[in-house]
Amino acid sequence: MTPVFPALFPTHLARLDLHSAAAEASRRGKLPRRLLILLSLVFVGVALPGWAQENPYIVTYDHYLEEPGSLEVEYFSTFGTQRQGNDFHAFWAEFEYGATAWWTTELYLDGQTTFGDSTIFTGFRLENRFRLLQREHFVNPVLYVEYEQISGADKILKEVEGHDVESDYAVPNAIARRAHNHELELKLLLSKTFKGWNIAENTLAAKNLTGGNPWEFGYAIGASRPLALKASAQRCNLCRENFIAGVEMYGGLGDRHSFGLHDTSHYLAPVVAWNLPSDWTLRLSAGFGLNDNSHRLLLRWGVAREFSGFGEMIARVFGGRK
Amino acid sequence: MTGGLIISVALSFALHSSPVSAQKGSYSPDRKDVYDELTKAPKKAVNRGNPMEHDPSAVAAGANLFEQHCAECHGETAEGGRKAPSLRADPVQQATPGTLFWILTNGVVRRGMPVWSKLPEPQRWQIVTYLKSLGQGGNPPR
Repeated sequence: MTPVFPALFPTHLARLDLHSAAAEASRRGKLPRRLLILLSLVFVGVALPGWAQENPYIVTYDHYLEEPGSLEVEYFSTFGTQRQGNDFHAFWAEFEYGATAWWTTELYLDGQTTFGDSTIFTGFRLENRFRLLQREHFVNPVLYVEYEQISGADKILKEVEGHDVESDYAVPNAIARRAHNHELELKLLLSKTFKGWNIAENTLAAKNLTGGNPWEFGYAIGASRPLALKASAQRCNLCRENFIAGVEMYGGLGDRHSFGLHDTSHYLAPVVAWNLPSDWTLRLSAGFGLNDNSHRLLLRWGVAREFSGFGEMIARVFGGRK
Repeated sequence: MTGGLIISVALSFALHSSPVSAQKGSYSPDRKDVYDELTKAPKKAVNRGNPMEHDPSAVAAGANLFEQHCAECHGETAEGGRKAPSLRADPVQQATPGTLFWILTNGVVRRGMPVWSKLPEPQRWQIVTYLKSLGQGGNPPR
């Protein structure tokens, strides 16, 4: 196996018992406890990679949750064009943890740079996904519950809802960031995998908890398939089964007072994911606006790495269960 | 301030709910009913044949897949670990390929085993082929 990013995660470190050494140093009072925890987390990441088979979607969710005890760390980037304003680069980090086989919890940290304006942190999101049925069925439902505390300058466009339109994003950062949204977002995720094809549909309802805003609605649908269904006998980076290609479409459906497609924006995006045996997943998506209310282009890419056994290791760091 | 509090609560909630401790009915090597799930496969699934059975590369491919997706819990050579049982044990080795495929597809969610239907069917059969090869004294090719 050839690591793709050997400089970032040198494999020789995995063989060192750095965690034990740090714990010993701490007992002797040489390291502050917080530094010990931080070092432990870093070493956990080096020592316990896990290989992921991730879908290529950026916006749409399928029904698969994070493996129990695993942490997936992801970074995503979106370049968006903006009429009547400056183009922007929005970015976010995701920390996705498999609490159980039926529950995944996730933290997002969002930010954006508007060219010719400024770079700002725009808020955080806490997301939980609950698998509703124990086994696989014809359609598999997952309940999604998210709380977000973001400013009006947030531009990651991780979902499109209500009457979101391109002109909303033309406001300068200094003004837009004054608005603070506390939003509750619910989704019903439906998904099915058949003969290698995954078909997923998400229905979204969101409510800004500040003020008397109505419930807003949106949707996302996606279809994807690995380029090959059989695995190769040899490990390889460029084997066809490591690539999953697909397409997703997402947009708003108005709100409780004016449900429908008028004054809404919609996007169609070919997507591709490359799942590497060296524990990394790369995603690429080019989203094209489907009407005049939409950004003309949302070019997105993301990189993710999964760390197996993260929960157990944290429990050990805090002196808990062995 | 509020945000920080929410994050702390959420993370601690999540971490204290790790599958090692909090999952009701989670795996323990002492449990006698650990292989009971094998008996729950429907007859149609039990009788399914393994289309990869005679594929010469299936064992090697299945070993790679096992190492990538299963070894973390079931042990590097499927001997079992602290989170999941041995797959070399008689109940597994005597189960039909269709039964093992059914377990892989559906998982045992309440005991911490995720569903693996995200792996395409041929890959799940490759894993089954590898598991069956262990009963013949096979070891994962390295």
